[in-house]
Amino acid sequence: MSNLLGLEVKKIVETTPEEVERVKEWINTEEYKEKNFARQALVINPVHACQPLGAQLAAHGFEGTLPFVHGSQGCASYYRSTLNRHFREPAPAVSDSMTEDGAVFGGQNNLHEGLENANAIYKPKMIAVFTSCMPEVIGDDLTAFIKNAKQKSCVPKDMPVPFANTPSFNGTHIHGYDSMLVSILQTLTEGKQIEGRCTGKLNLIPGCDFNTGDYREYKRILKEFGIPYTMLADISDTFDSPCDGSYHIYAGGTKLEDAADSINGKATIAIGPYATPKTFGWVKDNYSGKHVSMPMPMGIAKTDDFIMKVAELFGKEVPASLKNERGRAVDAVTDSHQYMHGKKFAVYGDPDYLMGYVSFLLEMGARPHHILCSRGSKKVEKELQALLDGSMYGQGCKIYMNKDLWHLRSLLMTDPVDAVIGDSHGKFATRDAKIPLFRFGFPVFDRVNKHRYPLIGYQGVVNMVTEICNKFIDIKDETCEDRDFELMR
Amino acid sequence: MSDKIRKIEGITKESTQAMIDEALSVYPEKARKKRAPHLAPNDAASGCASVKSNKKTVPGVMSARGCAYAGAKGVVWGPIRDMVHVSHGPVGCGWYSWGTRRNMMTGITGVNNFAMQFTSDFQEKDIVYGGDKKLKTLLEEAKELFPLAKGISVLSECPVGLIGDDINSVAKASAKDLDIPIIPCNCEGFRGVSQSLGHHISNDTIRDYIIGTREFAEPESPYDIALIGEYNIGGDAWSTKPLLEECGLNVKSVWTGDGELEKIAATHKVKLNVIHCYRSMNYMCKVMEEKFGIPWIELNFFGPTKIRQSLRALAELFDDNIKEKVEAVIAKYDPIMQAVIEEYKPRLDGKKVMLLVGGLRPRHTIGAYEDLGMDCVGSGYEFAHTDDYDRTAPEMPDATVVYDDPSEYEFEKFADALKPDLVGSGIKEKYVFQKMGIPFRQMHSWDYSGPYHGYKGFEVFARDVDMAINSPTWNLVKAPY
Repeated sequence: MSNLLGLEVKKIVETTPEEVERVKEWINTEEYKEKNFARQALVINPVHACQPLGAQLAAHGFEGTLPFVHGSQGCASYYRSTLNRHFREPAPAVSDSMTEDGAVFGGQNNLHEGLENANAIYKPKMIAVFTSCMPEVIGDDLTAFIKNAKQKSCVPKDMPVPFANTPSFNGTHIHGYDSMLVSILQTLTEGKQIEGRCTGKLNLIPGCDFNTGDYREYKRILKEFGIPYTMLADISDTFDSPCDGSYHIYAGGTKLEDAADSINGKATIAIGPYATPKTFGWVKDNYSGKHVSMPMPMGIAKTDDFIMKVAELFGKEVPASLKNERGRAVDAVTDSHQYMHGKKFAVYGDPDYLMGYVSFLLEMGARPHHILCSRGSKKVEKELQALLDGSMYGQGCKIYMNKDLWHLRSLLMTDPVDAVIGDSHGKFATRDAKIPLFRFGFPVFDRVNKHRYPLIGYQGVVNMVTEICNKFIDIKDETCEDRDFELMR
Repeated sequence: MSDKIRKIEGITKESTQAMIDEALSVYPEKARKKRAPHLAPNDAASGCASVKSNKKTVPGVMSARGCAYAGAKGVVWGPIRDMVHVSHGPVGCGWYSWGTRRNMMTGITGVNNFAMQFTSDFQEKDIVYGGDKKLKTLLEEAKELFPLAKGISVLSECPVGLIGDDINSVAKASAKDLDIPIIPCNCEGFRGVSQSLGHHISNDTIRDYIIGTREFAEPESPYDIALIGEYNIGGDAWSTKPLLEECGLNVKSVWTGDGELEKIAATHKVKLNVIHCYRSMNYMCKVMEEKFGIPWIELNFFGPTKIRQSLRALAELFDDNIKEKVEAVIAKYDPIMQAVIEEYKPRLDGKKVMLLVGGLRPRHTIGAYEDLGMDCVGSGYEFAHTDDYDRTAPEMPDATVVYDDPSEYEFEKFADALKPDLVGSGIKEKYVFQKMGIPFRQMHSWDYSGPYHGYKGFEVFARDVDMAINSPTWNLVKAPY
């Protein structure tokens, strides 16, 4: 077979430099932007990944837990390598390597063989199963498959094997996180609710957060309060484990017994209403104690809300140490506000992060000029608009729902800003626009240790302000005329 | 090919087999039986594969393998710089493989190179109603927004094949309407057992849709060659192509690193195909040999010893003009390479390396390590076939362990036993070994460095290997208290 398109055989024609130059200019124009925004089907440089990635993140947050991809093995390799690159840490997960025959006969045999092998080789305490496209398209029945697996003793009958349907053609990584997490909690807490028992603990659900520093920061804040807690799910040691000459496949995670007992908690806070709606809904209906869903505590105001809520739920005063910490963070922002005031930003990312970025920028007197979400909703848009409406610095700022980074490029070229907040994938657009990119989102593939620096809490404010302001000062130092180059800034 | 059978002190067939048996002892019986034929001591004298390969991965063991889509998009198609490559299906596959292979490209992104992520971002409704209509619209949009694209590839992800979409018909109709080659590639991830089938499918697609549809504008010359299976990882092609040109050859096209669609389409006009990555592109070399009578030769551009052998083998296929130029090139670079070896070898002599890479480097890089005085004490592939293992046997020291599609557990156990000074493998393995305090280099992506091919590449390779093994940071791993 050859030339199946029936192409006419022609001599090679090189594109002329003039033509390249013309198109290079053209893609920066308003006319191009209009064509670009008229796209209906083609998605270019999307900001979101697929559900199973988030599911794997949630699974890694529990002690001794092996993430298990029911589907093609390539999927597992993709999720793992993404987490490896972002955290620069191992991300052990198995798959049951479904192939063509799975499409015909279903994936039960693969699942059973996979569970038996994974259990024997990697000796997990829990196996968290989630799906990629193939079993979702052919309609595998995980409930039955896993029940049968236990009957056949592929895994011990008492081993928790939570599972989540996480089709990649629906939602994004944050939805997969939510589905996996609620399934894990449902499985672990089954039959564990004890009438009259209260652990006295706060259950903190941090949401689909890829910054291990954030997890450590939550824990530190709760320690300052003296409030006992259970974090659901805690990836901080999993993805920030010591290099000491030994490899531990399960390096961290919430203890399974603590997670089981979390149903008897004194209170539960779910961070990130967009990343944890299912989990929070189920917790609200089933967990003892009080339940609150809150935005990520990014920026002073949202951190204040978090601190006050924790204090209220536990009837405690805000400790002096945290009051001082707040004061120091405010000191940092007032000292440096002049470097951010009035600066225009474009921001993109998952909805919960966006709320945080926008709130933080507005309280610095900066303008979140373009706000872009590659999988948003009316609800997200409305909440963002309310934030903008609440500040004079939000006036004239625009929200773009369900747009991608090729749209963002058009925005940066036709309506320029001073900087962008996003993830590593924004580096192409910001290079073209000759502006800095602040990598606060996920993934960060091209800078080191970013995930170790919290963005939440008062410390997060200090970190963000320091990075942003110093970068603007660097740019001034690197680009100013000699006569404007001076010691002090 | 190596001159004599090498041995490593302390490694015998028995010791290697005992290590394998020990690693497999935790496996359930069925899995152990399936895995055992894929692990064996090397039989250097036989020159034949000692392991089974290209079989289904055993479920649940933690394989490093990817899928057919990864082999098609990531390896073969992705590096062609002047095409729009559409990951057709849900958003994830394209997103994970976006910019993560390090196949470098010249040109201006979005203008005349398209190192971006194009996807149809399938939603539930596309699964239910099919995605063909969406594909048609998407192709029109791509053509309008990227007028300098020389073609579009449509790379199917799993659901496309499962729901019975007909991308081939859409591509054919749209190619006509839009007057641009649109190449459908049915490389769904569930096909086959690894990336390897994706390479094969992509080769077949090049055969069916591309080859023979263009001709070079310049007159033919007896020195016209194509460089096949060179993906320009970390700029490799920018080292090898000039090297071949320095030898007097005209490199008319590169498959597919920094590649150009039309030059690939005209490759049936060259006089010789020079192949580097045999695993991923031998198919098209064989097609061009059968159909167009173009001979092909396998070369190795890792390390001065192999480069020298390769260039001389290449020169044998040409006249004295080329033979003289090749000798001049070797004479020019040998002292430079000797200086590199003299700088690094004293610090690397006798060090042991273990490899696990894709389908070529587990054998092709061994010579480069040996140039630096190092020994390969274990090697294996994610997705090689028997012919790759045949080629591996003479490269490895006798009785060292050969592993095909090893699980992470097996790899870790072998490293525990062999105590290598360096492991060369992928990102999924990197941090496992670094936690163990074992120096590591990513050998798929050159660990954000490169090039590693050619004379220019060896200098970088030697520096990186030295940096990895002799970094003082490894001395900090154990606390003094």
